[in-house]
Amino acid sequence: MHQVEIATTKETLLDSPEMVLNMGPQHPSTHGVLRVILKLDGETVMDLDCDIGYLHRGMEKIAENRMYTMIAPYWDRLDYIAAVSNGLVWVETVEQMMGLVVPPRAHYIRTILTELNRIASHLLWLATHALDIGAVTVLLWALREREEILKMFERQFGARLTCHAWRIGGMPNDTYEGFSEDVTQFVDNFPHRLDEYETLLTENRIWLGRTVGIGVISATDAVAIGLTGPALRGSGVAYDLRKARPYAAYADLDFDIPVGENGDTYDRYLVRLEEMRQSRLIIQQALAKMPDGPVNAKVPKIIKPPVGDYYHSIEGPKGELGCYLVSDGSSRPYRVRVRPSCLINLQALRQMCVGHLIADVVAIIGTLDIVLGEIDR
Amino acid sequence: MNMLALFAPPNLVDSLLLRFFSAETVNYVVWPFIQIGAVVTGIALWALYATYLERKVSAFMQARLGPMRVGPYGLLQPIADAIKLLTKEDLRPDKADPYIFFFAPFVSVAAAFIVFAVIPFGPDWGVITDINIGLLFVLSVSSVGVLAIILAGWSSNSKYALLGGLRSSAQMISYEVSMGLALVGALMFARTLSLSGIVQAQGLDSMWYILYQPLGFIVFLISGIAENNRAPFDLPEAESELVAGFHTEYSGMRWSLFFMAEYAAMIVVSAIATTMYLGGWYFPGAWRIDLAGHHSLFVLVSLFIFCAKMAILLYVYFWLRWTFPRYRYDQLMDLGWKWMLPAALLNIALSALAIFTVQALDGWHGMSTVESIARGVNLTLTGKIIMIAYGVAGVFIAAGMLSAINWRSRDFNLKKQRRQVRLMSPAQGQPAVAPATVASES
Repeated sequence: MHQVEIATTKETLLDSPEMVLNMGPQHPSTHGVLRVILKLDGETVMDLDCDIGYLHRGMEKIAENRMYTMIAPYWDRLDYIAAVSNGLVWVETVEQMMGLVVPPRAHYIRTILTELNRIASHLLWLATHALDIGAVTVLLWALREREEILKMFERQFGARLTCHAWRIGGMPNDTYEGFSEDVTQFVDNFPHRLDEYETLLTENRIWLGRTVGIGVISATDAVAIGLTGPALRGSGVAYDLRKARPYAAYADLDFDIPVGENGDTYDRYLVRLEEMRQSRLIIQQALAKMPDGPVNAKVPKIIKPPVGDYYHSIEGPKGELGCYLVSDGSSRPYRVRVRPSCLINLQALRQMCVGHLIADVVAIIGTLDIVLGEIDR
Repeated sequence: MNMLALFAPPNLVDSLLLRFFSAETVNYVVWPFIQIGAVVTGIALWALYATYLERKVSAFMQARLGPMRVGPYGLLQPIADAIKLLTKEDLRPDKADPYIFFFAPFVSVAAAFIVFAVIPFGPDWGVITDINIGLLFVLSVSSVGVLAIILAGWSSNSKYALLGGLRSSAQMISYEVSMGLALVGALMFARTLSLSGIVQAQGLDSMWYILYQPLGFIVFLISGIAENNRAPFDLPEAESELVAGFHTEYSGMRWSLFFMAEYAAMIVVSAIATTMYLGGWYFPGAWRIDLAGHHSLFVLVSLFIFCAKMAILLYVYFWLRWTFPRYRYDQLMDLGWKWMLPAALLNIALSALAIFTVQALDGWHGMSTVESIARGVNLTLTGKIIMIAYGVAGVFIAAGMLSAINWRSRDFNLKKQRRQVRLMSPAQGQPAVAPATVASES
């Protein structure tokens, strides 16, 4: 990672117009325990460096010592905002290695719940991003809708945040009674709520001033850095794994990919809002098309994938969430590697921030939508 | 005792006091002390309950309930907060400058509270002292508040506090200019700097100056909000960037002094706006009470009217705070120097032109516009209509002029720069997982 040169001797400190500011790890708007070392000239950011690892728990090493079924709950703790998506990438990777055929109903339920999780994740992003820019009311309004999703999760999985949603080969159980009514009700109310947030932000002069032209990253740079998810689509690249390499039931569903033009914070904001609308359409379609049948495939008691390696990735709310799995044929994985979407998106921070003001750093961290649990693992 | 004095007929209290003191002592020492006691208690209580109201208002805007636990509807919450803050440990960072760090909150509170000495809450004994340069006094004393913030930011020996202090000094100094200039327009009509005099001038003309001076009022209110460091201009304490700005290192009662000062300063700006633009304690028809011989009741009613007008302005503060995102530092400066200041200057020119025109029209083709200009500008109905038309036109002229000044700047018309996201439907790739319909086993 790039290193910030810090003046250390007293003389250079006094001579240089620059000030080094440690933003975090305990700071209201670094979304966890990110530490950003800023080199400032007045309030302008001259240089910056990120220091990560404050939330490192050694997930990948832990996974080497657990049986395949025992790893899934750990995966929920990567990106705890989107635990359902995280769980999905793990079970699908193992299923692919094992060659398990998951029943279609399970695929549809997975799609619905993952999309609900995407909405929940984007809502939390909207809440915190708006809070960082100073609009407090949006926070509570967005959390109100997120609460409804979490209630559904609680009824379905028995937990709100770290759900342990899936089992290898399908679902632990079918949907609860009244699931489709709950989802339908949420889906029907949701567009109206989204419009409410938009009245507060989208055309607000101050919001526009704070986001238009801030943290611009061109499509070429975004691809070079490896940005994925809304951060990439905000720059105008229509790449979405749900379309590019469909998983779960996405191949059967009809939806569009929102794409920005300028790659600034405002475009990413619009892209995410539109993604929530598209997610809603996906949920509606999946609910209508959902077949009957079993929700679990026949799975051996002890899971032992054949020797080999496999990479599978899904479109998480924050970007491409991948899982690389090496198996030596035993009941424990030989090596697991997560492709963390947030860590790779965070690499763009320096390029986006340099030359902007401190206030913009906060906005840009918000627009990248990082979760430190996934960055540090 | 103070409260009792407020509600008892003053004559009775006066005669009681005369038994113990000489007439001069009563007039110049005892009564002012009673008034000061009443005002300080009242404002402190109001500042305390303004926090409660703000929490309630924000809660209702955000689909919550706000404080509900302490007392009925959480009414005792501010008192519980005060007790908590008083009993909290008073921390001072090791490397902070001990004296300045200790001193700054008191400067802040004093600057905010001294101003109330000249605020005319009501007629007669409703004002502590009426000095003939009242408005200048208010402007100069309230700008001492900046000093407190700079001192606090500097002495804390913390980078966040320092940045907060720097921001607020730049911000308050820039907005003070347009705030002072915005008031000049109203002064031209009142022809006095005495705050009671300004209210009386509006009473004599039976017209609130907000109608003559809508532009001045808007500029004053925006500058006042910025001067108070309130959202959307709360950069010095922007919690998402600077943690808590200049009071990052303060805790306990000293922190709460800053907090009190902020609310007191809000009340000051609302009070000045009420005095200058909303006719102070005047309300149509309220004078009938005085005419009927109930002078003390009239003063009390006037006090209530004044406070009610202030409360409405305070609500505007809350409303803005919980609706808008925060400005960025450079945008704030842009707004101050490129929008507020030209608008305030234009307002002066337009007001002068308006007064000149109305005076020139007097007697032209038998038209009568001016009644007298001895104690403020008193206009006839025709004059008033012309003046109000000028005022409304001023807003549009200002809008046009400001657009002409700013149309080249990047932030001018962001709505036009707004782009819709495109919806694309790229071709579906090779499925990573076999599609569900194909995969069905049966």
